[in-house]
Amino acid sequence: MPTEPPKSITESQATPKRPSRLGGLGRAFLHSREASILIAGVLLIIYFQSTAPAFLSWSNIANLVVFAATIAILAAGEVMVIICGEFDLSVGMVYALAPFVMFNAHEAGVPYLLAIVLGMAAGAVVGLINGLITVKLHIPSFITTLGTLFIINGFTLTISGGFPVQPHPDPFIFAVFGGPLGGFPVSQLLWAVAITALFQFILVKTRWGLHTVATGGNLLGASEVGIKIAWIKIGNFMLCSVLGAFAGMLDCFRISSADPLAGGTDYMFRATASAVIGGTLLTGGSGTVIGAFLGAVVLGILSDGFTLSGVSAYTFDMILGGAILITMVINVRLSKLRAAGGGK
Amino acid sequence: MSEEALRTESISKSFGRVTALRDVSIRLMKGEVLGLLGDNGAGKSTLMKILTGFHKPTTGKIFFEGQETELKSVSHARAMGIEPVYQDLALINEVNVYRNMFLQKELMRNKFFQILDDREMRRLAQEHLKQMRVNIPSVDVEISKLSGGQRQAIAVARSVYANAKVLLLDEPTAAMGVKESAMILDVIRQLKERAQVAVIIVAHNYAHVFDVCDRVNLLQNGKITFDRATKETSVEELMGLVLHEMREAREQIHHT
Repeated sequence: MPTEPPKSITESQATPKRPSRLGGLGRAFLHSREASILIAGVLLIIYFQSTAPAFLSWSNIANLVVFAATIAILAAGEVMVIICGEFDLSVGMVYALAPFVMFNAHEAGVPYLLAIVLGMAAGAVVGLINGLITVKLHIPSFITTLGTLFIINGFTLTISGGFPVQPHPDPFIFAVFGGPLGGFPVSQLLWAVAITALFQFILVKTRWGLHTVATGGNLLGASEVGIKIAWIKIGNFMLCSVLGAFAGMLDCFRISSADPLAGGTDYMFRATASAVIGGTLLTGGSGTVIGAFLGAVVLGILSDGFTLSGVSAYTFDMILGGAILITMVINVRLSKLRAAGGGK
Repeated sequence: MSEEALRTESISKSFGRVTALRDVSIRLMKGEVLGLLGDNGAGKSTLMKILTGFHKPTTGKIFFEGQETELKSVSHARAMGIEPVYQDLALINEVNVYRNMFLQKELMRNKFFQILDDREMRRLAQEHLKQMRVNIPSVDVEISKLSGGQRQAIAVARSVYANAKVLLLDEPTAAMGVKESAMILDVIRQLKERAQVAVIIVAHNYAHVFDVCDRVNLLQNGKITFDRATKETSVEELMGLVLHEMREAREQIHHT
């Protein structure tokens, strides 16, 4: 094409002094938002492996995957909601609700595959309600989802009577949605990776992703150019809740039990922490799903690593909190280095 | 030059008991640059928002290229060729230049999955900005890395690229240094030379925009009080009218 020459001109203008190919690659790596959290993660792995040699054993990695996979799936949805400028506190409660919707549907004679779809539909309804109340009634999503958080929790406790239930899926359903392979939680890992990849793609390569960033980055501007900001927000609330529902059902199949007290605010906070640790700004307009995945892994490494090191349960939370802060400081430092190294 | 681009006939707009516009009729010819001047609160923004399809007039009619039209939404108005450039420019800081250029009119590789065609948008944005002599380091940089003047220029270029027939510029030189304003006015002059678009410039700084306008309308208290070609008037005359308005307002306060 005749437009090739100007392209190279602007590129050389953008980065006038590129020292070498390797330096350029290093810079490109540092320039990516996920780099700092990846480096922090690797440093943590090295540290824990040196203090507790069992850290990188298969059984421990399996533990880590189980923990990180669930949080990563929740975090993917939370990232979308946060980027478009909102917040979802209720996702952990949807996580607990969906397995009961699925279980009751199956008890009523619905086949498992369809029951899973119904569980996700329940999530979609919660997301729709969160979105409609936030967008149409102009209630800050922090308040909206604080309200629905309690409502869903109460609803789950009511329909379950407060007792856990045990689903008995056929081998196929179990293998696809919960089953380990040779003792390793393969399906969990694959679902988390696939969902992360899908949502990163949606965020970076599709119109929906661009409009999500635009809505969170400049709400007024986005509406001025005609982006349907209400629908973008409602849609992302729905995606987040559907992912919450799906994660809940995955865990339900994995441990062959649905607990009305599972998930909750603890999981929601971990998912949000993963998003933030991964580089998503709470102010909206900027974030990454891959970063949130890595954030979930780092959180998993921290809690798992300290457990292995034999830290007392009492001091554990203090150390975890401190470690989150230190990780964030490292992250911010590296971001600054990145901004300086980026040169633009 | 004699063909009509946009016309309003006796437009009024009320918000509850507050009347923002009263019986406003303006007329814009093709290739013309019209300055819509007035003080803060005179109704400029309301009129702009009606012309962009954001608000609907309470009463009155809008004619686009001679045809009576109802502007149903911003998207609808844009589809017809009425392109607004807002004060906040409606650019997304976190998004690169070429994606901003195509915002809400994105080119897609796959319509069903709505996958963006970055390569084509990048190429076309580059080509078009070069043509409009907008000088930026690269179309790949985020908007946040650009200066105020560069952003304004990109916002205008975006509208022109979107096949604008009528361009609505809201305070294009507000909050800008002399050098930056000069850059924007230069872009507007360029548009005028090509004479393909009609432009309405909304401003309260008369001196800035007076030079580039063919005609000026003065909006006072929701009414058009003055409509003349720039050749037949002066900044001083306009200032006089506004001073007169201020004096009257002051007297009213004294009487009550």
